[in-house]
Parts: sequence; structure tokens; C-alpha cells
Amino acid sequence: MLANDTEHGDDHGAAANTHQVASHDDAHGDVHASDGHGDAHASDHESEHIEHLYHQLSNKPWSALYVACFFFFMIALGCTAFYAIQKVAQAGWSPGLFRVMEGISSYLFIGGILMFVLLLASGLGANHIFTWMNPGIAEVGHENYDALVAGKTGFLNVPFWLIRAGAFLVGWNLYRWNIRKFSLKQDEEPDGNVWYKKGFKHSAMFLVFFIVTESIMSWDWIMSFDPHWFSTLFGWYVFASMFVSGITVIALVTIYLKSRGHLEFINDSHIHDLAKFMFGISIFWTYLWFSQFMLIWYSNIPEEVTYFITRIEDYNILFFGMVAINFLFPLLILMNSDFKRVNWFVVTAGIFILLGHYLDIYVMVMPATVGESWFIGMPEIGSFMLFAGIFLLVIFNTISKAPLLAKGDPFIGESKHFHY
Amino acid sequence: MSDKTIHALYTDDDVLLGAVKQVREKHYHIEEVFTPFPVHGLEKAMGIADTRLAINAFLYGIIGLTVATVMMNYIMIQDWPQNIGGKPSFSYLENMPAFVPIMFELTVFFAAHLMVITFYLRSRLWPFKSAENPDVRTTDDHFLMEIDATGKDIEEMTKFLHDTGAVEIKIIDKDAH
Repeated sequence: MLANDTEHGDDHGAAANTHQVASHDDAHGDVHASDGHGDAHASDHESEHIEHLYHQLSNKPWSALYVACFFFFMIALGCTAFYAIQKVAQAGWSPGLFRVMEGISSYLFIGGILMFVLLLASGLGANHIFTWMNPGIAEVGHENYDALVAGKTGFLNVPFWLIRAGAFLVGWNLYRWNIRKFSLKQDEEPDGNVWYKKGFKHSAMFLVFFIVTESIMSWDWIMSFDPHWFSTLFGWYVFASMFVSGITVIALVTIYLKSRGHLEFINDSHIHDLAKFMFGISIFWTYLWFSQFMLIWYSNIPEEVTYFITRIEDYNILFFGMVAINFLFPLLILMNSDFKRVNWFVVTAGIFILLGHYLDIYVMVMPATVGESWFIGMPEIGSFMLFAGIFLLVIFNTISKAPLLAKGDPFIGESKHFHY
Repeated sequence: MSDKTIHALYTDDDVLLGAVKQVREKHYHIEEVFTPFPVHGLEKAMGIADTRLAINAFLYGIIGLTVATVMMNYIMIQDWPQNIGGKPSFSYLENMPAFVPIMFELTVFFAAHLMVITFYLRSRLWPFKSAENPDVRTTDDHFLMEIDATGKDIEEMTKFLHDTGAVEIKIIDKDAH
């Protein structure tokens, strides 16, 4: 109930604070209880419930927009990380796919701007989806006072939160801008692999920067929706989601381009490898999901377990359905070695993985913002379509800008002859 | 006319792979190839059917999962329910998350061990079994191809095998073998 309390906000205060409602069990109920309202108790209680519902529903469009925006942004970010790993590992199989990866990661720029605009809107008070931003939350005696959040304001305050977001976005985009430039330059001047070596160093540095900033980003942009709750593996958990979504989109775009007669140097073995990654990282995601779930379920500490109680009670079908889609589906469909080479199998599995990870983000965000008043309606579908449209426009536009074969890459010959 | 087997020895895996393809093109029957290490792509070149070991592994995994479920249900729910941290001890399903690590481990355990045992049996390997390879050098640096020469012109075959890169050719009587 603490989460609900802080959610009410100051504009809601008048109705909420005149009565000691059983569920509102913390201090401000006592402090603000006043006389003369006893006879109106029942109707006030009802109007309070309606008010509560109203606040949840007014959070809904913003949350829907936020979930979809983050989902497509995270695909681009996950793809960028995958690309950097290929560079650093000096992988021989993947250079044929570099232009596809560069195309998908190009959404990082526009997606990053959109993401920042949404964060800025929340930070400036255009919506109330982040409950820790409520005014007075750190002031002792204020109706919104929340001791737990007050203890975190050194880190969790709007200016620092926005500065972090800005710094991360600039850092990620800087890498992506550079590596694209190096990749194109390497095609023009392949002698001595100067640009290739530069790209290697930048990728190695990016990965160090990425894993720290990605973790903090996941606390800031997702975990802070439940500001009382914390999980130490949350950064990894969000990373697994973005990684598998990014790889899945690489596979889908590759299969699409190939079906259109492009990418003639990509063969079944490349698709097989991508499908292996989809399979493997889906299992890795499940491992993290279960590690987080089981430890909290077993220890049953009230501050921690509320997170799963709200999800199991209010989001039961989505919460468990999402695990089934993200785990059982890839496990059973992609386990067989031969199926990983059949394009329509990979596409089917990929669509379900993307759907599952959208729902994963949905179930991470929505319980804290709209609570039990959730349903997947026009705002959710519309936001998803909007960002899907921008995403596809941006990535295919970038893919069309350069030759699909990174011909200057020193490993391109190995990639062309890759055979499993 | 003869009732013989030819042993052709090679010293390089790539040459061997090329030779296997040529021999099959000539429609000679390769009985077996002995190599000191696994040669990538050899089973495809020899036209051997795909292994069914993966299907076995899946079934073994399911057996392991079942054993773990039945075992934990008997130990922790039916035989001796214990109150551990207030967790539901009279329902397997409600206490299932606590058993997932065991279910996972036994799935892996059964799949891995039974798969190895199956592989040994299928490869006709068991303790105290005497070696089947006809030449000890196949455990060191030589590759040996065993070709059926029944009813074939030995001289022509020998010449052909030399051209594929064989360094040594032996003609073995089948009865003696």
C-alpha cells in the first residue's frame, strides 16, 4: 500500500487525508485527520476510490508511451552491445551482418532523443508515473513524506537523474557514431586496418562503459518506478531482455533482406548462429528471472516480496504468460539444430520473443504506475505501433545508405565462407 | 576376382576428406575410416546418417526432470514434510520454486551421464574391450580408410587410391581379418 500512498500526489490530498482509511496506514493519516467529516465517511471513501482510479488511468497513456519507447530503444541498445562484442571478439562469422547491425543501432540516436524527451516530461511534472518525484516526498511532516524515498534522494533526485540519462545517451551515441564512421572508412581505406584497429579499441572501451551505465540506467528508468524495492541483479535482467531482443531483430531483418534478394553472402549457417544466440540468451534471461524470483519468494521479506505479490495478484496472466513466451517457446521451438536453419521457424520464434519482452517491460513498469487498472487497449497498441513505425523507418533508412557488404573488414572473407 | 579389403593410409585430414569424396564418387564402398582425432565434416562426406543422440539426450532430460519431481515430492511433501521458513510444505506445486534448482540439476545430470553411456554402447566401447583399429598409427598421426574390394580390380583400385594421396596401401584377405 505504500506505493499507492505516494502515488496519490498532493492534488489528491484533500480527500485522502481527511479520513483514516485502514489501508492508508502510515503517519499522514493521523496527522491530517480532522473532525466533522464522520457522517460523510461512506461517500468520501467511494469518491476517494474513484479519485485513485482516475490517477491510475491518467498514468496509463504516459506509461504505455514510456513502455513502447523504452522497448524499441532497448532493441537498438542491445544490438549496439552485440555489435561491440562481435568487434572485440574479432568474430569471423558475423562481419557479413555488420551493416545490418549498424542499421538497427542507428535508432539509438532518435530513440535516445525520444527517450530523453519522455524522461524530461516526467522530470518537469507533466505526468506522475514516477512516484518518487512527488513534491514534498523528502520533507519531514509533509503529507507526501516517505522516509524510504527520502533516504535515497541523494541519488534519486530529478536533476541528477536527468544528468545521468543525458550522459549515458551521449556516451552510447558517441560510440555508435564513431564505429559507423570507422566501419565505412575501413571500406574506403582497408590498407593496414587502421580503422579496424581503432574500432576494436573503441568497442572495448564502450563495453566497459556500457555495462556500468546500462546497469544504472535500468535502476533509473525502470526500477525507480518502485522506489521502495530493489534487486541487485536488475541491471543484468534488463540487459538480458535487451540483448535477446536486439539479436532477434538482427535475425528478423537479415531474413527479411535475404528474402528480398539482398545479402547473398549470408547463408543458413549465419541464421543458425543468430538462432543459437536467441535460444541461449532466452535461457539466460530465464535464469536471471528465476534467480530474482526465487530468492525474493524464499526469503519473503515484506519490502521485497511486494513487488512479486502485486504482479502475481494483479498481473497473473501477463506475468506468468510472459515467462512462458520468453522461456518455453524458444526452448521448445529452437532446441532442434535443424529448426534453427528454417527461416520461418526463426521468424515465428522471433516474433514471440519480441512480444514476450515487450510484455516483460510492461510488467516491470505498469504495476507501479497504473496498478490493478491495467488493460491492453488503444494507448498500448497505438504507442507500440508508433515507435515500431519510427524504428523501422530509421533502421531501414540507414541500411539503405551504405553497401550491405562491409568489404573492408579483415574478417569478411571468413564470414562469407562461414559454414557450420 | 578377389575377396579382399584395402587399407589406404593418409597423413593429412584435408587429403583424407578429399579422398573420401573421390572414393565415393567412384562408387567404392568405404567400410570404415579410422582417425586419431575427430575430422570435421567426415561423417557427411562418408554419407553416414545423422546421429540420433540428440533425441536420446532430450528423452534422458525428461526422465531426469521426472525423477527429480517424483523424488522431491516423496521426500519433502509426502514422507516427511518440514516447515522451512514457513513455506507451504503440503503442496508440491506451491513449493515448486524451491525445487527448481534440483529439477534443473537432475535434468542435466541424467541427460549428460546417460548420453555418454549411450554413446559408449553405440560405439561398441566397454571396459576390457580390445581395440578394433587395424593399425596402431591411427592413434598417432595416420588416417586409415578401409575399402571393400570384393569383386573389384585390385590393381586399378590401388592406382586410384595412390592418386587420391594415399601414402601406403595394404591389401588384406577378408578371412584373415
